[in-house]
Amino acid sequence: MIPAAFDYKRAGSAAEAISLVSEYGEDAKFLAGGHSLLPLMKLRLAQPAVLVDIARLTDLSYIRDEGNHVAIGALTRHHDVENSSVLRQHVPLLAHAASHVGSPQVRHRGTIGGSIAHADPASDLPATTLALGATYVAQGPNGTREIAASDFYTGFLESALAPDEMLTEIRVPKTTGATWGFQKFNRRAQDWAIVGVAAWRRGNECGVGLVNMGSTPVLATSVASAIAGGASVADAARLASEEAEPQADMNATAEYRRHLASVLVRRALESQSA
Amino acid sequence: MKITVTVNGKTREGDVEARTLLVQWVRESLGLTGTNIGCDTSSCGACTVHVDGESVKSCTMLAVQADGCSVTTIEGLANGDTLHPMQQAFMDNHGLQCGYCTPGMVMAAISLLQENPSPTEEDVRIGLEGNLCRCTGYHNIVKSVLAAAGK
Repeated sequence: MIPAAFDYKRAGSAAEAISLVSEYGEDAKFLAGGHSLLPLMKLRLAQPAVLVDIARLTDLSYIRDEGNHVAIGALTRHHDVENSSVLRQHVPLLAHAASHVGSPQVRHRGTIGGSIAHADPASDLPATTLALGATYVAQGPNGTREIAASDFYTGFLESALAPDEMLTEIRVPKTTGATWGFQKFNRRAQDWAIVGVAAWRRGNECGVGLVNMGSTPVLATSVASAIAGGASVADAARLASEEAEPQADMNATAEYRRHLASVLVRRALESQSA
Repeated sequence: MKITVTVNGKTREGDVEARTLLVQWVRESLGLTGTNIGCDTSSCGACTVHVDGESVKSCTMLAVQADGCSVTTIEGLANGDTLHPMQQAFMDNHGLQCGYCTPGMVMAAISLLQENPSPTEEDVRIGLEGNLCRCTGYHNIVKSVLAAAGK
């Protein structure tokens, strides 16, 4: 399958990329690794008239220790997130989750910013960064702004980004002293999760993100409230789906997804990985 | 759009439509048909090539994205009549049956060993998760990669 015809522009800087996308409006899309966008274009589920290639903006590929958080450039590939010594030390949940995205070939091309901007509820990194309380940085024609991950996902494949805004950085608080767990339930290697859970816990404080449990990635706040109130993991995990509205598809009924979410939240919170 | 790509060590120039896939350019314009198209949806890995030394699925990359890069296909591995050690290991261990997935398997396996030169059997199985084989049950493929790693 070949995508429908489009114009291709290669940006030399973030400012140029934003200016190009502003010029073409909603007909234009940013192209990073292309591993979410190109499959949609091949299937004619997306048909942008212009692609603005930002993959060569290497100054947006970095992982920096910023004291209480780690800053990740939006164009950092999954492969580099997975293998980052800074992330493995300070936010091991994110490095581990990145190692479960697609296959090695996909991780050599796909980027963390692309995955988050694509806002697919079935993707691993949106829910994981949501669980971690990340902040996303977006750059537009009028400057930059910060968007809390919890305010970012507005609908199926929809985010708070304006059409002419580019995600430039992901800021993830360090999980020093926390245990963490990542559970991805699928039937075949490299498939999307039927349900996935990313969770960390430090004493009575925790963050739990759900993959593929509705039209957006889900922050399981009822679980966190229960843990904060002293509930056992088993009791808290029963509340896994309180914020979720899972849908049925060929892999699972909604009811089965709710069951999986409870089991996987319990396993993720019981994990002793540190 | 004009592109210049180093393919198997040689500088190749092309004038492609932006929507041309890398696999399509390699096969149809350069005649390097060793790289197969399988699922065409970045699942099966049959189209795996190396871009700047790393495995990628060339059905999910535009030729224009490879402009200025170095691409290696299965044709670029052997040195004359001497097979690449990974190709030889697949041959010695019967790591193929119909052969359709083999070019992609070999390219993915070489990339795997570059990142992890001494993998365990489990590392190999996980490392090849992006490549599907419908004949072998993977057993001899894994054996081949472990044999190549031991050399």
